[in-house]
Amino acid sequence: MAIVARSSKFSRIMWPTVAWIVALIFFFPIFWMVFTSFKTDADAVKPEFLFSFKPTLENYFNMTENYDYWRFAANSVITSSFATILALVVGVPAAYAMAFNPSRHTKDILVWMLSTKMLPAAAVLYPMTFLTKNMLGIYDTHFLVIVVLCLINLPIVIWMLFTYFKEIPKEIIEAGKMDGVDTWGEIKDILIPLAWGGVASTALLCFIFCWNEAYWTVRLTTTEAATLSKLIEGNRAPEGLFFGRLSAVSTAAVGPIIVLGWFCQKQLVQGLTFGAVK
Amino acid sequence: MASVTIRELKKAYGTTQVMHGVDLDINDGEFVVFVGPSGCGKSTLLRMIAGLEEITDGTVAIGDSVVNDVAPSKRGVAMVFQTYALYPHMTVYKNMSFGLKQAKTPADEIDRRVKAAAEVLQITDYLSRSPRNLSGGQRQRVAIGRAIVRDPEVFLFDEPLSNLDAGLRVQTRLEIARLHERLGSTMIYVTHDQVEAMTLADKIVVLRDGRVEQVGSPIHLYEQPDNTFVAQFIGSPKMNFFEGSDIVGNASTDITGIRPEHLRETDAANAMVSGKLELIEQLGEYALVHLTTSSGAEFIAKMEHPPSVGKGDTLHFNASQQLIHKFDKQSGQRRT
Ligand SMILES: Nc1ncnc2c1ncn2[C@@H]1O[C@H](COP(=O)(O)OP(=O)(O)O)[C@@H](O)[C@H]1O
Ligand SMILES: [Mg+2]
Repeated sequence: MAIVARSSKFSRIMWPTVAWIVALIFFFPIFWMVFTSFKTDADAVKPEFLFSFKPTLENYFNMTENYDYWRFAANSVITSSFATILALVVGVPAAYAMAFNPSRHTKDILVWMLSTKMLPAAAVLYPMTFLTKNMLGIYDTHFLVIVVLCLINLPIVIWMLFTYFKEIPKEIIEAGKMDGVDTWGEIKDILIPLAWGGVASTALLCFIFCWNEAYWTVRLTTTEAATLSKLIEGNRAPEGLFFGRLSAVSTAAVGPIIVLGWFCQKQLVQGLTFGAVK
Repeated sequence: MASVTIRELKKAYGTTQVMHGVDLDINDGEFVVFVGPSGCGKSTLLRMIAGLEEITDGTVAIGDSVVNDVAPSKRGVAMVFQTYALYPHMTVYKNMSFGLKQAKTPADEIDRRVKAAAEVLQITDYLSRSPRNLSGGQRQRVAIGRAIVRDPEVFLFDEPLSNLDAGLRVQTRLEIARLHERLGSTMIYVTHDQVEAMTLADKIVVLRDGRVEQVGSPIHLYEQPDNTFVAQFIGSPKMNFFEGSDIVGNASTDITGIRPEHLRETDAANAMVSGKLELIEQLGEYALVHLTTSSGAEFIAKMEHPPSVGKGDTLHFNASQQLIHKFDKQSGQRRT
């Protein structure tokens, strides 16, 4: 008995400690970035100033005054929101059809959609740039960024929605048919209310992915539709090691999404564990 | 109210055919039960009548019009699902009124109908509750209520009692019978339980592997089963079958069928069939006596007073001539 008690007491202390250490290791780069953002560029590169330095908001003022932070932020909000809405507008009916009227090819289509994520983005960089810039003339527009963000997230959006919709008993949809709802009514009055948690976490995750997307947003924009990813990118290398400034920009870019994620934690966890509609 | 007429109805899923041409006439106001073992196509047939399953070939007519291409909600049918299929996010009241709302029924009319149905089913107190706060039996009533408010011509039930416990099942069975009495609507009821079929039906349809084996009143099916399948499916315990040689003085190869309740104990001189006692199941009112013939065939006799003999002793039975069934050994069809 004593041994059991001791070992359980030991593990009660040990596992949280391990968890905290791992969490801190993961968190350290962010922690470091936030700290650095309050240092001058000169202080930022001196290792002895990790904790002892004179905090300054200079980087943040600099960012909003000289680097047009708010415009980039607005672009991020606009493109991520509309891309998410568009992904849901396309994804909900698609997932609905596959969940409740599956055909012989449904499984193949689902796998095929995911397989598009396996294509390296770099492989289509040239055609994408050429087509959008020289042929369609939509390079560096909100429209382009919205469509691209929507398309790259669509497979995961449809997969998630499909998984949630699958959990809804088919009979409930059939009861709706007996009661005389049309397809739109089924989606609006039965499906979405029942899978509300799933739809919300899908939307949230899609929004976060859009916000964080960097490969395409950096390469398909210059100024007009440039998002926060572009702002970070723009403050990176060329002029040397402006770590303070870069950190401020980065902090201001990831800040909103971390805050959003924090407030929606419960929703996200529920969403990512795929479950529990009934 | 309406009749239902089914002609040459077929259903295939891809290349697998599951209904092989069903013909059926259901009269106005009749209570018809589809019965058969699991997987025989009862639900499929019901769902084709409901419009939830596409018809591969043949026709379904409700009243005078063929409804093959009519939407479920426009067929004048209402369905009660095995799993109840209530809308979990709506109150009982909303569950019951949802269909009427879709049909643009005026609000006061909806209210009147929902309250009337709730009254009949004694669920008035639960109208503002969510289905998740109801017991299985209460949910079942709500599901029936949802069907009633739509005032359908035909009610469809798909194994509505199979998720209820035994006691509640008997009670709800009675209530469905009363409901039929009261509304006089045509009702089609699917079950795999022959007791439910016998007690509820005006007319039983026995299905097997996507085919109709026999249609008739419960008593007709009990007294005149068309074949060995129906003979053993209807009645409990099931009918005993004896090969030619088990029956004294029988020369034909026909199968002889005698129900356990029709075997009468007699002496060796008058015996028609004899068997060694294996086991006695005492049920109070009567006993089920399990025996084996000399050729090894097992059979059951239902006896009011169990014999005062021990295991391994031989008992002798006969049965009155009109209670003996003869079936062709090859086809299983009844000999007239
Ligand atoms: N969606 C389907 N796809 C393929 N086969 C099906 C489908 N639904 C039912 N079946 C088959 O059709 C037959 C009849 O099924 P069903 O009507 O549900 O039987 P029952 O209700 O009598 O138990 C079964 O053999 C079943 O496997
Ligand atoms: Mg069934």
